[in-house]
This record gives sequence, structure tokens and C-alpha cells, in this order.
Amino acid sequence: MAIETLVDLATQWIDISLLALLACTAITVVRMRSLWAAVMLTGIYSFLGASWMLILDAPDVAFTEAAVGAGISTVLMLSTLALTGTTMKERTKSPLLPLTVVTVTGAALVYGTADMPHYGDPTAPVHQHLMPEFMADTVPSIHVVDSNHSVANSHGMVSDATDSNNHHTKTGVGVGNVVTAVLASYRGYDTLGETVVIFTAAIGVLLMLRGNQRVRNHVPERTSDSTLPSYPLSPMRHRAISRVVSKLVIPYILLFGLYVQFHGDYGPGGGFQAGVIFASAFILYGLVFGLPAARTVTPPRLIEILIALGVLIYAGTGVVSMLLGGNFLDYSVLEHQLWPGFLPHGQHLGILLVELGVGITVAAVMITIFFAIAGRERVQ
Amino acid sequence: MSLLVDVISGACIVAGSFFAVVGGIGILRLPDFYSRLHGGGITDTMGAGLILVGLMFHAGLTLVTVKLVMILFLLFVTSPTSCHALASSALAHGVRPLDPRRRDGH
Repeated sequence: MAIETLVDLATQWIDISLLALLACTAITVVRMRSLWAAVMLTGIYSFLGASWMLILDAPDVAFTEAAVGAGISTVLMLSTLALTGTTMKERTKSPLLPLTVVTVTGAALVYGTADMPHYGDPTAPVHQHLMPEFMADTVPSIHVVDSNHSVANSHGMVSDATDSNNHHTKTGVGVGNVVTAVLASYRGYDTLGETVVIFTAAIGVLLMLRGNQRVRNHVPERTSDSTLPSYPLSPMRHRAISRVVSKLVIPYILLFGLYVQFHGDYGPGGGFQAGVIFASAFILYGLVFGLPAARTVTPPRLIEILIALGVLIYAGTGVVSMLLGGNFLDYSVLEHQLWPGFLPHGQHLGILLVELGVGITVAAVMITIFFAIAGRERVQ
Repeated sequence: MSLLVDVISGACIVAGSFFAVVGGIGILRLPDFYSRLHGGGITDTMGAGLILVGLMFHAGLTLVTVKLVMILFLLFVTSPTSCHALASSALAHGVRPLDPRRRDGH
């Protein structure tokens, strides 16, 4: 008993110190004049956020936060800083108006939290509405609903799963990870929207940063006397250690990306995280071996096709399920008799395809954005 | 036997935490960039390494230990590399190591 209270106390202190560190980091980021330090601190902030999400038992979100927030976005911000400059400009206008806007917004947000249920409250709407049915459908061990039960979610996606003759998909989606099931099946429309948002972001970046064809193809010579290379990504010729180690590590990063992609149905992971991890291997290659070498490995034409291909796979899965007589993104009609034991069935097959589409799009978009930013010349 | 394993595991974790704290103090207190890097290196190698070894004793011969060995391998490869990258980039950008033979420290 005494040990239990001690553990509770220790957990509480870990919570408090993590949240305090988050607040400290945020304040430091705001007060920083050096943008390099600010970018590094935002990376630390993301990592602390990931730790906090892990404490809240949300490994999937923690995974995404660590990969996207602490990993890729830090690299992208640093690449941008290499183009622009590393110190903040002196502010000339009065800070009064921004301060008022921030204070009012912050106060509104704090006021909004007053209505939110307490942490861990079992009567919170998220635990009462829909989620018990999702859980019962996904995790067989807590399966309590009767077989005629149909999930009445807002999209009606799995509502006619009970019509299927196969008992495997009658009540469940056939994947072990509830988060993946909710993300890709019950909330398939939302995830399709997110994927399209990422697709749109890549299009926007390409339109803005790749408009000038001459800039893209121009690779200036690195001058020996300047301390900063005019081109942010000239190959690191003299960094033997970086080259050897990145060669050693890149295969494992790719392998881990594939694992996160395809094991996401059973454990923490999925298309978003896997795409980012997969892209980070190519970005590491580009950082160490220079942009021309990376462009040879991943030709921009191919990557641009892959951006669209991922969204196409996702939406195409929905169209196929419509053609087979179901609703858009209703995977239960993907039930088949081809290669039983090799291809998964119904819901599981749909989730696998959709996650693959997400993974391809995210990886291609991350690589494209990195190339687009890193391929620019430094603004003098 | 299980008590022995628990003691070894606990000792490793405590020692690892100690090294992590020492590394943190080092980063704050050491005089120049390169010696601070040493503090960071201690946290990465000795601190995290010993904590992982302690967790391995705790997990026994299971899949968890295999995963911990992989993490340890990755850490031992990446953290010296990042230290090296930091040091060489600092040198390239003109950060001079502190020279104790000089009175002014530079």
C-alpha cells in the first residue's frame, strides 16, 4: 500500500515536471533572439510533448509528434534558416496589438477548458459516445455487443457489416490496434481529408518554391574562404564519420519505417508515422551526401508521381468499395476469396491499402518539401 | 537469484541516472563548448546505456531485451556521431577550444 502511494506520488511528480518543462521551453522559445536556438528548442518542445503523450497512454500520437515535430519539422526549419538568416529582426512596431490578441485568445482558450471533462473522467463524452462500440468491435476480448449490433457512426461505414456472411468481419475490423481501426475505418473520411491536406501542402510548396526553374538547377560552387556555404546543402566531403554512420543507419531507418507501416495494424504506428520515418532516411542521405546525390536516388519526377499515387490509392479504395456495392470507404465489401491466408480480408485489407496510401503520400510530400527548401539559394 | 538480478538491475539504473544528472550538470557548468559536449556525451552513452542495461536485466531473456539491445546499438552509433558533428561544425564555424595555457582563456 505504501509502495503504491509512493509510485502514485512519483508519477504525479513526473507529470508535473514534464508539464513545467513544456511551459519553460515555450517561454524560452518566445524570448529567444537567436533563431537557431529557437528551432532547436521547438524540437525539444515536441519531444517533451511526445513524452507527455506517452504518459497519457497515446503511443500513436507520441510517435507522430516525435517523428514529425522533433524530427522532420526541425530539419525543415533549419534548412529554411540556412536560406534566410539566423537572428530575429529588431521589432519596430509596438508590441501592444499582438500582445492583446494573444492575451484574448489565450484567455478564451483557458475559459474553454473550464467546460472540458476532468482528466481520466469516465463519464466524459469521449468514453460514452461511440468509443465503447468501436472498442467492442475492434478488440475481441472486450466484445460485449450482440451480433446484430450495427455501429451507427456518423458515416455509416461499417453499419452493414452485419450483412456479411463472414464471421470474421461481422463485428470487428480485424486489426488489433484500436487507433488504427478508428483512424482508417470508422473515421476514414477524416483521414482521407488529412491526406488531401498534406497533398495540398506539397502542391503549395512546389508552386511557391519551385517556380523559378533556373534557381532549382543552379548549383553554385562552394567557396573555400567563406565560413557559411552559399548553398545550404553542399556535400560534406570531409565528414567521413557522418558518411559512414549514415550509410550504416539508413537501411535500418528504412526497415523501421516499413515495420511501422505494416505493423501499425497491430501496434502503435501507421501511415503517417511510417511515411515520415521513411522520408527521414532520404533526407538524412540528402543532408550528408548533398542534394544532387539525393536527387539521383529519388528523382523529383518519381516523387511527384508518388505524392498523387498515395491519395489515389486511398480514394481509389473508396471508389472500389462503392463499385462493389458498399458505401464510400466501406471496406467490408472488399471481402474476397483470392489467396486466403496471403491477403487479409475485408476491413483489414481496406485499412492496409488506405494506410499504404497515407504512407506513400506522406513520405513523398516530406521528401519533396525538403528538396524544395534545400534546393534554394541562400538569400544574401 | 531473482533478488540478485533485481539488485544488479536497480544498481545499473541508479548509476545510469547518476551519470545522466552528472552530464546535465556538466552541460551547465563546464567552461567552453567542447567540454560541454563531453557532458552531453556522458548523458548519451553512460547514462542512457546503463539505464538500458538495467532494463535488460529487468526484462530477462525476452523480446524486450532484443529490442533494448537494438536501441543500445542505435544509441552507441548515433550519439557519438552527433557529438562529432557538433564539434566539427563548431570548429568549422570558428569556435576555438579553451586554452588553459593562456591567461585570458583564449
